[in-house]
Formats: sequence, C-alpha cells, structure tokens
Amino acid sequence: MFRTSGTAVEPGPFSSQKGQRLAAKERQTVRQSRGLEQFFSYINDQEGLSILDLAGLTQENIDFVTDLGHKLYTQDFLRSLDDTFGREEFTAQAVPNRIETFLDQNLDFKENTFDGVLVWDVMQYLSPALLNATVERLFQITRPRSYLLAFFNADEKSLISPQTTFRIQSQSTLMLAQHGQRQQAQVFNNRSLEKLFGRFESVKFFLTREHLREVIVKR
Amino acid sequence: MSTAPFKTPEIDSSRSSATIGKTVKIIGQIFSKEDLYVDGDVEGTIECQDNKLTIGPNGKLQAGVRAREVVVLGQIKGNVEANDRIDIRKDARLIGDIKTARIVIEDGAYFKGSIDIVKPDAAKVNAAAQAASGAGSSQGLPKPPAASPTPVASAVGAGATDIKR
Repeated sequence: MFRTSGTAVEPGPFSSQKGQRLAAKERQTVRQSRGLEQFFSYINDQEGLSILDLAGLTQENIDFVTDLGHKLYTQDFLRSLDDTFGREEFTAQAVPNRIETFLDQNLDFKENTFDGVLVWDVMQYLSPALLNATVERLFQITRPRSYLLAFFNADEKSLISPQTTFRIQSQSTLMLAQHGQRQQAQVFNNRSLEKLFGRFESVKFFLTREHLREVIVKR
Repeated sequence: MSTAPFKTPEIDSSRSSATIGKTVKIIGQIFSKEDLYVDGDVEGTIECQDNKLTIGPNGKLQAGVRAREVVVLGQIKGNVEANDRIDIRKDARLIGDIKTARIVIEDGAYFKGSIDIVKPDAAKVNAAAQAASGAGSSQGLPKPPAASPTPVASAVGAGATDIKR
C-alpha cells in the first residue's frame, strides 16, 4: 500500500489553468498520484499510442496526453450511463441485452485498439453485471501489455463517494475536483478487485489519504 | 438563407462572413472562401479552408468539416479537421474524430471520439507527401456520417460561399 498527501486548493470562479472556468462549488485538491506516475512510466518512452479516457473531456488531460505524442480517445462513460439508464438506476443496468447495447454504443472499438485506458473512478458506479461486462470489453479492446488506471473508494463502509473530476497536472500529480456525491453500486476491497480483473496479467494497488484506492491493471 | 445583419459575439466584424440561419436546412456540400456561421441544419460536408467556421448554439451538423478554425457551440456528428484550432464550448456536443493543431475545451462540453494533434510542421510534411503522391484535397476531406448528397438550397451571400448541386 502507498499513502500520498494532498493540498487543498480554494476554488474560484475562474481557473488560471488553460483558461478553464470551474464551478465555484468544486472542492479542489492537488496531490501526488503513484498510480498515475506508474501508468505514464509504462508508456513514457513511446509515441503515437492510443489512450482511452473514460471520464470525458478535460483540457488538462487532453493537453497532457497529446503533448506526449499520443492519440486520445474520450468517452464520457458516466454521462452516457445516466443518459441510457438513468442516474444510479442499478436495476436497469443489470438487464443483459441493454448491457450489450450500451457497450456496443459506448465502447465500440476493434480488438487490440488501445495501449492504455484511464478509467478513473467510473467503474464503482456500474452495477455488478454491467461492470463485469465492461471489464471484459476493456480486455478485448486493449492490447497485450497495455495498462488500465482505475480508482475506487477505499471506504468499505459507505456506498456514497464524492463525484470527482480528475485533472492531470503532471506525470505524477492530479487535481481532484469534487462536485457533489454519487452512490456506488457496491463496495470494493482488494480481493474483489483482484477477482474483477482476473483475466488480466496483474493488479497493483496504491492507497491514498483521501480513501481512494488507485489500481494499475496490466493486460 | 438570411442576408440580414446577424448579431453574434462569434462573428469577427473585420472579416466578411456568411451565415446559415437556424431555420435553414442544407443537404449537400458547402465550400466557403470566407468565415461561415452555421446556426441551422447541415447534412453533408463543409469546407472552409483558410477560414473560420462557427457552429452556433442552434446549429446541428451531420457533416464532415474542414476549416482553418472551428468554434462549436452547437452539435456536430462527423469528423472535424482544423488546421489551426478547435474551440468546443460548454454546451456543445461533438461526436466524431478531431484532427487539429490546438484544441480548447470548456467544462461541460460533450465529446466522443479521438483527438489527434497535428503540429503545423507535421501538417506541412503530410501535405507535401500527399501532393507528391497526386492525392487531391477532396479525397482527404473528413467523411460525414451517411448523408444524402442531394442539395436543396441555392448559393447565397456575396458568392464566396458555394453549395454544390
């Protein structure tokens, strides 16, 4: 396990970074991320890779990944999830043919397309059935020896976690912009995550002070 | 199409520009040699080489787009190529692949697709390679989603914006 510290940042109506305008209600924390550092260290010496970001569009993440010379695919997975099933509608997310349709619409990529996937904290909001199907789909669309970076709430006593936008500041630094809360579909521990990613080659965990479990998964 | 003055913060008054109003629907190919503001529906392709294309808040494109600069306040379903930059505003929806030198995004914008940053020097090398191989510019135009090629409107404005029949 690895613990990191963070620095709280007072939000303002405007962000000085990249001209982004941030909501005044966001609580921002800038901290080191060992998971992020590991993810980029694995792909550091290469250019022209294909990286998938499942948290949608942020200026910082686009700039960081493309400045490294990589091509970025983005898909606002949670937004599509809410549009398709309704927010926190876990029962609807468990219907098999709806799962298949949802993945065909939102992860419709050929096999072995991606060299890396930034999953962020998206997975904890998927029903177990949808989560298993999503992980299987990610296995199919990633290349061997590619990496996934995923975050999970480490508090096993609560299903409520902060809704967070993760903005890459550097190879090892993240800004966490928290805006409200969201209900998870289930709690996670190391064993359940190892089982979830059972088809992958390896799973590595880092635990942070904000009760966030950073997970690096190798395809 | 509207030829009346159309007040919008996106139009640079120092440059001439054409407008497609929000009640207008065009199916076909649009070529413009001036800045173009689209607030209506377009199915097909839009090419504004060396000029700025703005998709207004009511604009809905099912089209491949190529321009010097693209500002999106509305919706685009199609691939976008901008030699200089693409600016995606917070209420915009863009589904398709982007190829550009720079991209600016506001929080809240929806985008699904790939982003390929092509620096100006690399773009020149690619263009030179294409010219040497004899490939025409029309063949390189980003493809729209399956759109009907039949146009329904005639050319308007000062003649700098053409719509292929």
